[in-house]
Amino acid sequence: MKVLVCVKQTFDTEAKIELKDGKIADAGINLIINPYDEVAVEGAIQLKEKGIAKEIVVVAAGSDKAMDAIRTALAMGADRGILVQQDTAADEFARAVALAEAIKGENPNIILAGHVAADDGSSQVPTRVAEILGLPHVNVITAVDIAGGKATCTSEADGGTQVTEVSLPAVISSQVSWNEPRYPSMKGIMAAKKKPVATVAGAAAENKVKIVEFSLPPAKAAGIKIEDEPEVCATKLAEWMKNTVKVEVK
Amino acid sequence: MAGTWIFVEQRDGNIRKVTYEMLSEAKKFGDEVAAVVFGKGVEALAPEFAKYGADKVYVVEDDVFANYNTGAYVAQMVAMINEFKPNAVLFAHTFNGRDFASRLAQKLQLGLATDAIKVEVSAGKGVFTRAIYAGKALAKVEVAGEPVLGTIRPGVCEVGNAAGAGAVVKPAVAATAADVYQTVKSFVATVSARPELTEADVVVSGGRGCKGPDGIKLVEQLADLLGAAVGGSRASIDSGWLGHELQVGQTGKVVNPNLYVAAGISGAIQHLAGMSSSKFIAAINTDTEAPIFNVSDFGVVADLFKVIPTLVSELKK
Repeated sequence: MKVLVCVKQTFDTEAKIELKDGKIADAGINLIINPYDEVAVEGAIQLKEKGIAKEIVVVAAGSDKAMDAIRTALAMGADRGILVQQDTAADEFARAVALAEAIKGENPNIILAGHVAADDGSSQVPTRVAEILGLPHVNVITAVDIAGGKATCTSEADGGTQVTEVSLPAVISSQVSWNEPRYPSMKGIMAAKKKPVATVAGAAAENKVKIVEFSLPPAKAAGIKIEDEPEVCATKLAEWMKNTVKVEVK
Repeated sequence: MAGTWIFVEQRDGNIRKVTYEMLSEAKKFGDEVAAVVFGKGVEALAPEFAKYGADKVYVVEDDVFANYNTGAYVAQMVAMINEFKPNAVLFAHTFNGRDFASRLAQKLQLGLATDAIKVEVSAGKGVFTRAIYAGKALAKVEVAGEPVLGTIRPGVCEVGNAAGAGAVVKPAVAATAADVYQTVKSFVATVSARPELTEADVVVSGGRGCKGPDGIKLVEQLADLLGAAVGGSRASIDSGWLGHELQVGQTGKVVNPNLYVAAGISGAIQHLAGMSSSKFIAAINTDTEAPIFNVSDFGVVADLFKVIPTLVSELKK
């Protein structure tokens, strides 16, 4: 079985965001593999360890910088990579078109991806890729069982947990609680350097969403801070909750 | 153009509050507002939507819609969009809402603005403000298209009191069992007397300073007194004191309640991203330098194990 994982290179979640010339400043920002995608890579590796997956192909769309995300996935245990060259300003539609085009020729049995990217927070691309490829999809999974040409997925649902079955091939997107991604070993990092990565030009597609303006959320005015005996602190906090916030006490 | 459609989020007839928030917000666009509800036995809900501004309620009932499933819901919505040509279709930014809207947008070859915290729709154009980098920055985006598509974050729009006529319209059922490609084997509702994190008016969260289940119990005690949801920072989730679905932060839930109480949470940027848009923020932390105090309206530098019990008894007075 061939498992393909879509990954995105994103800002470190610890990064402080600033604007420069009206754009998000990227100078000096540490880039990481999107944490949700990292979980998808780990999920693929575990399927290989169980003997379900034979080959893991990792695909990233973006600039040459996305190569780092691919190398990270290869160091974790993926077998080969595809870098789909595309303007980093591509929106969810254009990104999905480019990824789907690159995936088509691979004919994977399972396509994995994080359910959302930590940068744009859109949570659209995996579902859009499934639609373009005409495949079923399941989002936000926390466990999966592959058997008999089907994927039985446990996923986080609104107000509960759901178990959904789809036939393969399918697109499956991961929630972070699915697994704990491994750190690449030194051996893995060395091996990754020799693993093949193909570079292909991304299919042309025009953005459907236009970014008009970036801004930073308004800074919060300084609040009250008291240092006193715990009982005094608690009494004052209770007064503030009652009088300013007007909380209802059950 | 037939106004703005609000897709109704409901399960077994229980309507999510965000539905009313969106109906009230759509009323401000000055165009016709319609609620769109798919399901089984859902026609009886129609007067509820009228109360919050629905001029029309599109009701589609069939076995195939009993559970949310992307295939049948998208097929039905596409048929209705082609027939009635709405100006915009808005969804709640829930797991189902974003799933539905994403597949629909791609089927119609349209753009989509997800997780919007502000929305304005005029003919053929939607202007949305989206939180990016989990709220560390904002992006204002324009989505052209007929219809304009977007998902709206729960809790960001006010529920108003402008009512609509709520005239029921029953479009033809356009989806069949052949459109269903996901088989729902089971759904287990989270058993909790507490409200859901993303919908709660008050959230009380515990972090590393809780030191273990005993500290979390105090957090829960305060939460229950305030009818609040319980959340946690990464430290308390990773330590196994709270379930993963309760994590607040960049890789967890983004919440914006009226009051957020951070107990024993230092306020790493990762966590702040998930809660700093709350209206009021209270913080309890022994470290006077903790970054959480930079975003809190009321901070107390003290031990939560001593503060919370007194706070609880003072609030009860």
